[in-house]
Amino acid sequence: MKIKSKILDAESLERTLKRLAHEIIEKNRGISSLAIVGIKTRGEFLAKRILQLINSIENGNVLLGTLDITLYRDDIRQKRLEQPELKGTEINFDITDKDIVLVDDVLYTGRTVRAAMDELMDLGRPKTIQLAVLIDRGHRELPIRADYVGKNVPTSETEEVKVLLKECDNEDAVFIIEREFV
Amino acid sequence: MKLKSRHLLGLKGMDRNEIEFIFDTALNFREVLERPIKKVPTLQGKTIVNLFFESSTRTRISFELAERRLSADVVNFSVSGSSVAKGETLKDTARNIEAMKIDMVVIRHSSPGAAMFLSRVLKSSIINAGDGTHEHPTQALLDMFTIKEKFGKIDGLKVCIVGDILHSRVALSNIFGLKTMGANVAVCGPRTLIPRDLEKLGVKVYYDINQAIRNSDVLNVLRIQLERQDRVFFPSIREYHLYFGITKERIEKNNREIIIMHPGPINRDVEISADVADGSQSLILQQVLNGVAVRMAVLYLLGTQN
Amino acid sequence: MKLLLKNTNIINPAQNLNTVADIFIVNGIIQKIGKQIECESDVDVYDLKGKIIAPGFMDMHVHLREPGYEHKETIETGLEAAAQGGFTAVCCMPNTNPPIDEASVVKSILQKAKNVLNGIVDLYPVAAATRGREGKELSPMIELSEAGAIAFSDDGSTIYNAEILRRAFEYSSMLNKVIIQHPEDPELSRNGVINEGVMSTILGLPGIPSIAEEIIIERDTRILEYTNGYYHAAHISTKNSVEQIRNAKKKGLNVTCEVTPHHFTLTEEVLGDYDTNAKMKPPLRTQNDIETLIDGLSDGTIDVIATDHAPHSFDEKEVEFLAAPFGIVGLETAVGLALTYLVNKKFLTIEQLIEKFSVNPRKILNLPVIKIEEGEKANLTIIDINKNWTVDVQKFKSKSKNSPFHNFVLIGKAVGIINNCNVYFSE
Repeated sequence: MKIKSKILDAESLERTLKRLAHEIIEKNRGISSLAIVGIKTRGEFLAKRILQLINSIENGNVLLGTLDITLYRDDIRQKRLEQPELKGTEINFDITDKDIVLVDDVLYTGRTVRAAMDELMDLGRPKTIQLAVLIDRGHRELPIRADYVGKNVPTSETEEVKVLLKECDNEDAVFIIEREFV
Repeated sequence: MKLKSRHLLGLKGMDRNEIEFIFDTALNFREVLERPIKKVPTLQGKTIVNLFFESSTRTRISFELAERRLSADVVNFSVSGSSVAKGETLKDTARNIEAMKIDMVVIRHSSPGAAMFLSRVLKSSIINAGDGTHEHPTQALLDMFTIKEKFGKIDGLKVCIVGDILHSRVALSNIFGLKTMGANVAVCGPRTLIPRDLEKLGVKVYYDINQAIRNSDVLNVLRIQLERQDRVFFPSIREYHLYFGITKERIEKNNREIIIMHPGPINRDVEISADVADGSQSLILQQVLNGVAVRMAVLYLLGTQN
Repeated sequence: MKLLLKNTNIINPAQNLNTVADIFIVNGIIQKIGKQIECESDVDVYDLKGKIIAPGFMDMHVHLREPGYEHKETIETGLEAAAQGGFTAVCCMPNTNPPIDEASVVKSILQKAKNVLNGIVDLYPVAAATRGREGKELSPMIELSEAGAIAFSDDGSTIYNAEILRRAFEYSSMLNKVIIQHPEDPELSRNGVINEGVMSTILGLPGIPSIAEEIIIERDTRILEYTNGYYHAAHISTKNSVEQIRNAKKKGLNVTCEVTPHHFTLTEEVLGDYDTNAKMKPPLRTQNDIETLIDGLSDGTIDVIATDHAPHSFDEKEVEFLAAPFGIVGLETAVGLALTYLVNKKFLTIEQLIEKFSVNPRKILNLPVIKIEEGEKANLTIIDINKNWTVDVQKFKSKSKNSPFHNFVLIGKAVGIINNCNVYFSE
């Protein structure tokens, strides 16, 4: 793995999440019908952090869910090395008439978000679905755009955005790395 | 993690990690089955044929539901009105259907080894939905999944399969699977219905139903297949019920918790009395629900393999 | 035809013969045996250094399928397979369609055999013991015998009715001809398809218990004892069968028996993947049975190695296990298997092997035992006991390829035969 540059460190990542939390509250004019849903794996941890920030700002108790979009992936029938393991969707509330904020780490082709929206639609009829991402690196393949962006990072196709989080990687940081071709 | 084979032909040879993997996957589908829309797009564009050479209502419906809930295209083939009646061989029938571009075959057939045979002559993934008196792996998987859901484990549990073991594919698959998962497996039934040398597979054999009940955490009660029996194996249904039937008195006399399962369809008051089948210790309907989830898991894992 | 076989190891236990010499054959008759025979230029000379010349081998249990099942085998392809396998004689079983229960069928079979490879393989038809092989009334044994039937059997089915068997013993004994029994109690074997035991339990297949075979041998030898007659138990496969035959022989009864190569080489374990080419009757048994069968071969309880060559077409075997017919081909692997699994492993001497393949079957069938000496007809099988070869069913001369021995590596092979003024080399 060849690191090209560090985009965020722990401190700037924390600041970015705080800003996103504020923007979400502002745009939704409060938290009365809000629910945060993280896309597994790293989106789930980011969702939890944003939720805690929102709850402490508003002194409230916003609902949290997680989505495993594997069953909705459009590339599931294509050749892959590993069997896509299911990690489970956990949304223990009725999403109908809620303002759902989907949270993911990196927005790239938009296909993951498409799958997540399809899955949400099968779970109920939310009032709105909004999208919050830590990094938007461009290269969209579907007409999808984020409502809340931590940082816009122009990248080339040969680069990869690597998000590290304490919950699973022992540190908070975001890097751009050069993709290795085998 | 992935399954070692492209096919599910039986539980013999399947290892513990693979079975756990299927269980973990099935848990996800249990959640899908609780949703308002109990369907996911995962196997969109895949065509699955249910090739049933023996009549079966519940297994076929369970598979079909599982397939449709994964958004696969489903074709049902059953013996009546088919070319089998015109003398076509299994190989020809299967190859003709495969030529219509199908991806997976779920087969039920009266000949042991029929699923393995198809796996040799077809390119598709094969799922064994019961091959004669050999195996019925998805039934045993759902039985074990149900046991695990109830007890939180399978290891060390004492499971006794009761009834016609000789003619039962459910028994054999359960024996293979439960042994792999670390259960203590026993069977109970008239000696004429216990296959020869079964003890050599590490299975305890009881001929006394009360003793079997006393020594078990779970009873998996098999259907006495009235249509398959002749007088060689046991004298009468009445005698069977009197000496091997699972009745409320026998369960209550035991005085400790025991779980009752049955793969269905039930002959009420033959192998099991109605009050036990409908009683609080019965997991029979839970098995049916888990059947769909487990079959979805198997279809998903085989259908998304490269 | 003049033929000189040089430097060959001539072995014939019937003459206590084991020597290295040349054999000079003129028009099918052994002219001279001796060291360093010189000859003129019109003689075909073969250097057989390191090879063995034995009296011609016989397979007394073969299904040629003709008439009736020519898609499986014909007299022509079957006899070619026999020549390829090293046999100068075979007995064909009567379960054809029509069965060999009338003199005309015997004659027509013999007529056809004459034209195959110039008649190098002698064919001895075994006629049905009962009409239609139905086990109800005796076949016309005297007439069949005069037409050329060598023995009587309902092979494929057991002569199950004890009275019919009794009468068959009595009637055939007038002709000094043997009754060959396929020992299987149909009620005990029921719908069974493989040996009853651990494998049948694991595979969920209906089993054939060992007692299905043993109970018939037990009964038959009792009837034999009462009636006198000649009894040959075909393809015995279990430990207790060997012991019963051993005991019957001790009593001095006219009882003999045979074992097939697959029963002393393979166990039921090979059925793990439902290979229909390992489905036969009697079924493959256990290691314990194999050991007893080999003991029986070695102590003389088992007289004969015969193949039960049972050809079935590819499509007939390419079906689900229950639907597949019983039986495998054996002519082209028998000698190689016996050399590899019996002689090379030192269970049998080469002399004992020759007894099982040549001397004993001829004695049982009341045929003259072959002598390798000057003035005698040359009826010979040539063996290379060191030849390393791989079984390839696609190279079989037999019309059918249903063998579980495909790709087996064997040591030792019958490489040629000489009989009826003809020579056939299998390579």
